Amino acid sequence: MDKRYTVAVLVRNQFGVLNRVTSMFRRRQFNIDNLTVSETESPDYSRITVQFAGERVTKQQLVDQLYKLPDVCSIRELDNENAVSFELLLIKLKNDPASRGDIRAAADAFEAKTVDYTRDSIVLRVTADSRRIDDFIDLMRDYEILEICRTGVVSLERGADTIRKVTNL
Amino acid sequence: MNLTGAEIVVRALIEQGCRTVFGYPGGQVIHIYDALYEYQDELRHVLTAHEQGAAHAADGYARATGKPGVVIATSGPGATNLVTGIATAFLDSVPMVAITGNVMNAQIGTDSFQEIDITGITLPITKHNYFVGAVEDLADTIREAFRLAISGRPGPVLVDVPKDIQIARCDYAPQPPAIPAPPQAAKEVRIRDAAACINAAHRPFIYFGGGLASSGAQEELLALAEKIDAPIGCSMMGVSCIPTGHPRFLGMQGMHGHYACSTAMHRSDCIIALGARFNDRVTGDRTKFAKGAKIIHIDVDGSELSKNVPASHGMRGDLKLTLQKLVDYVEPARHPEWRQTIALYQSEEERNRDNRPGLTPRNAMQVLNRHLREDTPVATDVGQHQMWAAQTLCFRKPRRFLSSGGLGTMGFGMGAAIGAQMATGEHAVLVTGDGSFGMNLNELATAVTEGVPLVILLLNNGVLGMVRQWQTLFFDKHYSNTVLARQTDFVKLAEAFGAKAERADTLEVLDAALSRAFQYQGPYLIDCAIGQDEFVLPMLPPGGSMDDMITKVGG
Ligand SMILES: Cc1ncc(C[n+]2csc(CCOP(=O)(O)OP(=O)(O)O)c2C)c(N)n1
Ligand SMILES: [Mg+2]
Repeated sequence: MDKRYTVAVLVRNQFGVLNRVTSMFRRRQFNIDNLTVSETESPDYSRITVQFAGERVTKQQLVDQLYKLPDVCSIRELDNENAVSFELLLIKLKNDPASRGDIRAAADAFEAKTVDYTRDSIVLRVTADSRRIDDFIDLMRDYEILEICRTGVVSLERGADTIRKVTNL
Repeated sequence: MNLTGAEIVVRALIEQGCRTVFGYPGGQVIHIYDALYEYQDELRHVLTAHEQGAAHAADGYARATGKPGVVIATSGPGATNLVTGIATAFLDSVPMVAITGNVMNAQIGTDSFQEIDITGITLPITKHNYFVGAVEDLADTIREAFRLAISGRPGPVLVDVPKDIQIARCDYAPQPPAIPAPPQAAKEVRIRDAAACINAAHRPFIYFGGGLASSGAQEELLALAEKIDAPIGCSMMGVSCIPTGHPRFLGMQGMHGHYACSTAMHRSDCIIALGARFNDRVTGDRTKFAKGAKIIHIDVDGSELSKNVPASHGMRGDLKLTLQKLVDYVEPARHPEWRQTIALYQSEEERNRDNRPGLTPRNAMQVLNRHLREDTPVATDVGQHQMWAAQTLCFRKPRRFLSSGGLGTMGFGMGAAIGAQMATGEHAVLVTGDGSFGMNLNELATAVTEGVPLVILLLNNGVLGMVRQWQTLFFDKHYSNTVLARQTDFVKLAEAFGAKAERADTLEVLDAALSRAFQYQGPYLIDCAIGQDEFVLPMLPPGGSMDDMITKVGG
């Protein structure tokens, strides 16, 4: 049965690391839903957060294969229990007097902020977990969506533990 | 010491314990070749005919010794010519360090002459690769490349050195050779669980692959087999790891494995898999593979566990260290019934044995057996001849059978045999086929120049036999492009290269020819004609299961 997994990967901050990771995913046909790369607290490391849906064995295989890349320093599997996860959505909608009010109401319910407003368009920003963002997009399908851009998930473990506590041997 | 990057490359290789490198010069490594000239008393460079041959030679050197083989090539076509050699080493987990030149940093990304993105190209076929951006990083990068190549599951590592880095200078101080990451045993609890599983087994079977020799765990494996009274089998990559004649050894398993071995593995209730990866050539149809068996799988590479077949006890760890503990935890056992069953399988295998007289492939291999010494390295190419060699040749020492397993690279043998000869100092053997030999026979030139004592046994069937066998069995004898209607006179060809050669068309002549060949201190080719319709048997049809095994063809 497919489940959605979130895996955080601390990698050496070196040229081409993202390519090594994604090349491995491609070669082994891991189907990634989204992936983010970011700076970290240290200039020596970057952090890659990957989300994908699959079976447990597939997830284990993905983690094991990641560990084989010398640039991978540590890996943490994250979920709602042990981590906080957020994603940012920008959505551009047609600004239509007939739907404007409904859009506003939905936006309020999702704490979406209007970040651009013209005669013909509205851009909303939502920060939430991926499921809530999915839900919001789904709601907006009742109106005319012009463009969507979402960042993919960023995720941190709850409490004082950090990804650096588990290291690649 | 203030040195140029090119000198640092050579000094770092020497520092890492390398005494022989294989390679081919060119514009973007000309500085490294100048440094090789300077240090030629400390580092021998073997010029091959083609970079692929150099890569296979480095691979053969590594397979025969366990030490990383080193190959050097220029940018562009030199680098791309290495690709098959690197991939071959990658799929068989052979430690290798490949050094390539590249255009100056300032020209990178501009598609300049002979610029190629070799780190991009080799990304999926190396453990790791490096592009050296600063001369200050050069020595440490080469050191790390050696350390990676020999750590954990071995494999090839590539270092791409742009020309300006070879020219730039910086301080260099020698360091001791890299030591591999310290091997670790699997987790204690896991080992205990596995021991309990073994203790409960009635039909244990030990199955090993190339990882056994990498870890040097032969003695531990034999001790385990003795204590739990288990038969032993191996994948093709395992051939020569333990003595062929060992009473518990049933030989090779898999598509063309020995009948008793494949059957025993299939009927086992507890397979103890060591440094092997359950390739599809081993399991056939995975859904039908060894259904009644619990699988205990030990490997240094955790990603192999449950990758191909689900392991009931998967343990990541060094084989030697893990087996030492496992041997302690298992209880001594005897399985007389299982032994009897295996004896039956063996007599069945005996019954199906090809006992025809005359120059059959099997008899040719038996004659070769008489000439092999304990230390003789035997390389093969890929095809039927490879399988006959793997099935029939007898070995007494590990690292003496060198064959391309994972990639199945035709053309591997010439380079590998040269590399193995140079690594061991022993008279080497190549068992090849007419198709495979055609792919890299240019390395005869290398063998002649370097005076390599090498017996080349060419099983000449005039066809791409292995493919033809499939066409016979599964494609209605449509022999599409597998008949080599070539007019090559291999004896004259070898002589043209400066090697010795003769033809053998009976077993007696072959025997005498082999004696002459082993006397001769250089390459000696024996063109041995065999029938075009010989089969490699038994055969597990691709995607088939043990029940589909073909043991006899025709009458
Ligand atoms: C480089 C490469 N190309 C193609 C193949 C596919 N292939 C496998 S065996 C074989 C035939 C080999 O012929 P030969 O070397 O004459 O050996 P034989 O089977 O006749 O003993 C071929 C074409 C391969 N393994 N490697
Ligand atoms: Mg042939």
